[in-house]
Amino acid sequence: MSAPFSWIRPEPQGIYIAPADVWVDPSRPVPRALVTHGHADHARGGHGQTIATPATLAIMELRYNTREGASPVAYGESVCIGGDVTATFLPAGHVLGSAQILLEHAGERVIITGDYKRAPDPTCTPFAVTPCDIFITEATFGLPVFTHPPIREEISKLLKSLTDEPESCVLVGAYALGKAQRVIAELRASGHHDTIWLHGAMEAMCRLYEQHGVALGDLRLVSDAPSKEALRGSIVIAPPSALNDRWSRRLPDPVTAMASGWMRVRGRARQRGVELPLVISDHADWNELTQTIAEVNPHETWITHGREEALLRWCELGQRRARALALVGYEDEDD
Amino acid sequence: MEEFAALLDALVYTTSRNRKLTLIATYLRAAPDPDRGWALAGLTGGLDFPAVKSSTIRNLMMERVDPVLWTLSRDFVGDTAETASLLWPEPEDPVPQEALSLAEVVDRLAALTRATAPRELPALFDRLDARGRFALIKLATGGMRVGVSARLAKTAFAQAFDVAVEAVEEYWHALEPPYAELFDWATGAAPPPDLANVPRFRPFMLAHPLEDGEVDLADYAAEWKWDGIRVQLVRAGGATRVYSRSGDDISATFPELLDALAVDAVLDGELLVRGSAQGGEAGGAASFNALQQRLGRKSVSGKMLREYPAFVRLYDVLLLDGQDWREHPWKSRRATLEALMERLPATHFDLSALVEAEDFAHLARIRDTARDEAIEGLMLKHRESPYVAGRKVGHWFKWKRDPLLVDCVLMYAQRGSGKRSSFYSDYTFGCWAGDPDQGAELLPVGKAYSGFTDAELKMLDKFVRQHTLNRFGPVREVERKLVFEVAFDSVHASKRHKSGLAMRFPRIHRIRWDKPAHEADRIEGLRALIKD
Repeated sequence: MSAPFSWIRPEPQGIYIAPADVWVDPSRPVPRALVTHGHADHARGGHGQTIATPATLAIMELRYNTREGASPVAYGESVCIGGDVTATFLPAGHVLGSAQILLEHAGERVIITGDYKRAPDPTCTPFAVTPCDIFITEATFGLPVFTHPPIREEISKLLKSLTDEPESCVLVGAYALGKAQRVIAELRASGHHDTIWLHGAMEAMCRLYEQHGVALGDLRLVSDAPSKEALRGSIVIAPPSALNDRWSRRLPDPVTAMASGWMRVRGRARQRGVELPLVISDHADWNELTQTIAEVNPHETWITHGREEALLRWCELGQRRARALALVGYEDEDD
Repeated sequence: MEEFAALLDALVYTTSRNRKLTLIATYLRAAPDPDRGWALAGLTGGLDFPAVKSSTIRNLMMERVDPVLWTLSRDFVGDTAETASLLWPEPEDPVPQEALSLAEVVDRLAALTRATAPRELPALFDRLDARGRFALIKLATGGMRVGVSARLAKTAFAQAFDVAVEAVEEYWHALEPPYAELFDWATGAAPPPDLANVPRFRPFMLAHPLEDGEVDLADYAAEWKWDGIRVQLVRAGGATRVYSRSGDDISATFPELLDALAVDAVLDGELLVRGSAQGGEAGGAASFNALQQRLGRKSVSGKMLREYPAFVRLYDVLLLDGQDWREHPWKSRRATLEALMERLPATHFDLSALVEAEDFAHLARIRDTARDEAIEGLMLKHRESPYVAGRKVGHWFKWKRDPLLVDCVLMYAQRGSGKRSSFYSDYTFGCWAGDPDQGAELLPVGKAYSGFTDAELKMLDKFVRQHTLNRFGPVREVERKLVFEVAFDSVHASKRHKSGLAMRFPRIHRIRWDKPAHEADRIEGLRALIKD
């Protein structure tokens, strides 16, 4: 009998499950990988076999143009991945198809959350609180200054800017997978049914969301707009990298907005030249992180990436066992 | 208060000057008196609440938030006011109260003492949201950092009420917040304030840097750019005042000048202390380092007055014997100033001499071979230029001498604030105390946070994160391997630093990614450049 939990170990390039020879969200190609969700820093291409939810696999296929080695697993379904290890995919509420992965071996239960949030999101299945021994959580917004307001408040700010400056357009920087579709879906839910104009990099992912049953309303490409004038008074959505790029010069007097949890901090917004900060994030904020650890109430919490020092401190204050894992390759710049 | 908080927030996120002007003007038209006067004072740094310091806010937070979590948050956000506004624990069941007006907030802040502040501030915080708390703390601790200069605020005021900005400048400095007379005049409710016999500050005329071009010396006169502090001396109604470049009254720091000026005048000059570093042995001035002994003091000892006697080297005359010379060309003002000199005591005033040259190339040689290393460079003034507030293109140029350069090694980096929050943007660098190949150590010689582009800042930030040896709160100690070519204006002996040196105006001139650290300069080399 080996030491408790010695079958799972953090390595710099990902979490390794030794008896099954499987990696979780590895940062380089491996023979067998479990993938929590489709963001590029978690779902890298080139693995021999990729075990993930059908939506995540569809997103990876769109990105890497191959389905080779794809092994779909539905939410709630348990699969044996070898070495007497069972993997169950549970909803994480982060983006379409995002999953926490519950791993069970020798009576020990470990959950890897990937990225997650607790706030409601019409474009994906909500996070499921599930008991476990070791809870491996992200900490992107692991500082008490990060609290994300209700999304409806931020959407109202966006719509108000639209009416305040009818001669401009509002250019919203939003991550192409997840954030863009959530913003569009929330705009629709708030009664905004005008055409929303997209940067070319958004189009395929929006179509994929619609194929998975997320209605997004009337979307058109900026490159198809009949004239610059047609964009006045409209919302344009582009990846954050396009905000200060030459691309945005084709827009009529754009007000630059950005949908990101970092917008909570003024300095971050100013660094990016953002005039209308929208605090919208697909990650758990400080309250969601601490609330989730309290609800799951694991024997031990491992913290993968983000501002782990503060979350460690919070665990220490509550006399919860915790450790920080030094994983590389996860990015948090644009969310 | 809510409107003011919204204005501050909007200003933070607006980069366009015109939009900033519109935002402030719209606020000034809509807000009631005296709120708008207090807002104007807050935006231009005209308010001071000595009972509230940054440490007051920090202490309040430490009682309510775990100190470790507070420090981690503060380091990330890069601004105490913003961190506190976000982390303040809001009351669970807020008692509904009337909204706070800005005037009420100002009154309550003004009434605070060191003893009452920790008790009274929380009650104010509880009545505001995060944005309101941010505005309150900024107002209370000073330094808005919302990208609004005093000049911009005055321009917005002029725009709001359709009055001339020059007139606003005239009255502004003689009035106290909340500037009731200024609003009464601008809104047409009262005639202009009568300020003839009140000593007051007039905005300085400033110079543009002379980039690559040349000027014709038939049109421009040249003067040395002395290395002291620019001051304005004003005598009116029997009282004399000394104002700094920003318009602060520093009369109490230089009492010897107050008795020396007996003529009703407004004069522009460089404040220096006696010595031999600038302008020769007899009647010369000491280096800026010596002047620093005198700066920032509220009262001055007799010893200070004897050891570092101050005088003013005059550049210009704005008003004299009731006549306003500002509209007149520089050459007429210069003649007036030269004639005035015999009415001023030579112990406390001299004239900034003109530098004569045959042509521009000759002037360039004079600039480069000037014996007195403490002189910063040359000023070039158009002979026909009127005296106008601020920088007007083509009137005055400053032509600084080329900076000194030294290769230093990055030792520590600290996170910046404001727009640079969470970036490691403040760098401490050192030179070798001996032969690095024989085990000599690096000693810090200076600190710089400018001279690089945004793209370079990102690369430097990445370098710091990847080469961290130790962390001390917001400071990281890094591996001694990156060389900076540091530009600086002069170097002086200093007891404050272990290296015994202090640089003036150090900035990063070039990042030498290619240069090995052991090839950086040694302390002896830098010490040889000391001139005082």
